[in-house]
Amino acid sequence: MLKKISNIGDCGITCDFGDEVNKNTNKEVIKLFNFIQDSVNKSKIKGILNYTPSYNKVIINFELGQIKSKDIIEFIKSSDYSKINLPENNKIVEIPICYDEEYALDIKRLEQKTKLNFKEIVSKHLETNFFVYMIGFVPGQPFLGDLSESLYHDRLDTPRIRINKGSVGIVEKFCTIYTFESPGGWNIIGRTPFELFNINKTNTSILSPGDTVKFKSISKKEFTLFKNE
Amino acid sequence: MNNYFKVLRPGINSTFQDLGRFGLQHLGIVASGCMDQLSFCNSNKLVDNKISEGALEFAYQGPLLEMNGENALVAISGKVNFNLIKKNGEIIKGKSNESFQISNGDKIDILSTINSVYGYFSIFGGFKIEEVKGSVSTLVKAKIGPNNGNKLKINDKIFFRKSHQTNKLKKIEFDFDRDNVIRVMKGLQVHYFSKNSQDDFFSKEYKVTKLTDRMGMRLEGIKLENTVNKNIKSEGITKGSIQVPGDGQPIILLSDHPTIGGYPKIANVITADYDKLVQKTPGTIIKFKLVNLAVAENAFQDYVRKF
Repeated sequence: MLKKISNIGDCGITCDFGDEVNKNTNKEVIKLFNFIQDSVNKSKIKGILNYTPSYNKVIINFELGQIKSKDIIEFIKSSDYSKINLPENNKIVEIPICYDEEYALDIKRLEQKTKLNFKEIVSKHLETNFFVYMIGFVPGQPFLGDLSESLYHDRLDTPRIRINKGSVGIVEKFCTIYTFESPGGWNIIGRTPFELFNINKTNTSILSPGDTVKFKSISKKEFTLFKNE
Repeated sequence: MNNYFKVLRPGINSTFQDLGRFGLQHLGIVASGCMDQLSFCNSNKLVDNKISEGALEFAYQGPLLEMNGENALVAISGKVNFNLIKKNGEIIKGKSNESFQISNGDKIDILSTINSVYGYFSIFGGFKIEEVKGSVSTLVKAKIGPNNGNKLKINDKIFFRKSHQTNKLKKIEFDFDRDNVIRVMKGLQVHYFSKNSQDDFFSKEYKVTKLTDRMGMRLEGIKLENTVNKNIKSEGITKGSIQVPGDGQPIILLSDHPTIGGYPKIANVITADYDKLVQKTPGTIIKFKLVNLAVAENAFQDYVRKF
């Protein structure tokens, strides 16, 4: 349920769905996001520049000379977007992952914390159907959940300065895939050769919020030979 | 005949920009675009382009460019120290915010911005650069934009469209706001900070540090005390948000900001003061003034009149 709409500065608003981070809340978020995107594409509302869903919020940026926040708030409040069904075409995407020790940088740390061995950690990660909560931070980076509770762990105390592109990390109940080389504090458990983001393709980001991700274990050799379709 | 500039020196951070790439933030692609919108639009107005035409943005020291091709009308906006070096070696001191003609073999040497950070270089007819997802803005971190998403490099060739000879020279009276007061509105998590820290933030001085670029501006000043939680559930970010990480020192998120983030935000810079803010050089002492939405919207009306 949409709990609160507030201004962010003079050219943004936030639609807040409450503090719970779970699939049900996020599905409501995605409904509003779909509604806004559709309204913008069909020119039902003008002046909206960006609309960014996250776990429990949608943030909308607009052009101050074109529209004011009260008009957007009115537009959202007067719509019945929550009755719209989510499109059934959300995809299931299989992502190859190599858990070789060269890539699974934090496996020791996780073994200590979870009291599980390497094999058990991998199998718990592989058996999860991950829901795509949101995409962002950097282009194409997905935030997935929910991890098996037995794998929960905190961020690294000191983030790494450099994490390789394709690295798969976990923190608390979430899992992410680094789409660009970047700094980061997540527990790295493997790496994928799969390219999730390519600005030159029509379908820039393979994943969208609401999709499902299943990981598939591959060997180091398969990793080296892998080519995106 | 090919018309182009050869890059003899790229400058510190020279990239093509326009007004931004929109509608893709939900895929993690930030709008980017020119840092100082007024100066950017001025550079296009000076050469009779539409104001959204792509221009070359430079920071501090700009490029040294050698022109090959037909005569062209160009302009540099902002506050910029530059020379026009004629083919015969004659050096003419450049004047920013005035359009001027250049000819085959001439060089433009953009030496530095003056008490400011960003300047813009435009050419009548526009640069021949490719749009990526509807914009020629460059996001270097993700290699998105023309020139393969890169900054200018030495020996790059910047092609421009064939322009008709024109003698319509223009001039714009322009100066930056000299005051260092930045107006802000309360941020979504302002209540995460102690009453004293809120008072401090909205009244005390903060220094712009060297850790400032197109992504963000790190400030140094009185430490802000977070009494609720040093992290929030990651949420979408808007340009001009002021976040405060665990160390209590604010960071203003600028045009190339991450699309989502998990630090609480104490305030947001109003649109009318964004250009002024991004032109503040490291070491500058700034102060924040708290205003409400009505004041911000009125200030915006005054701001657009400058365009």
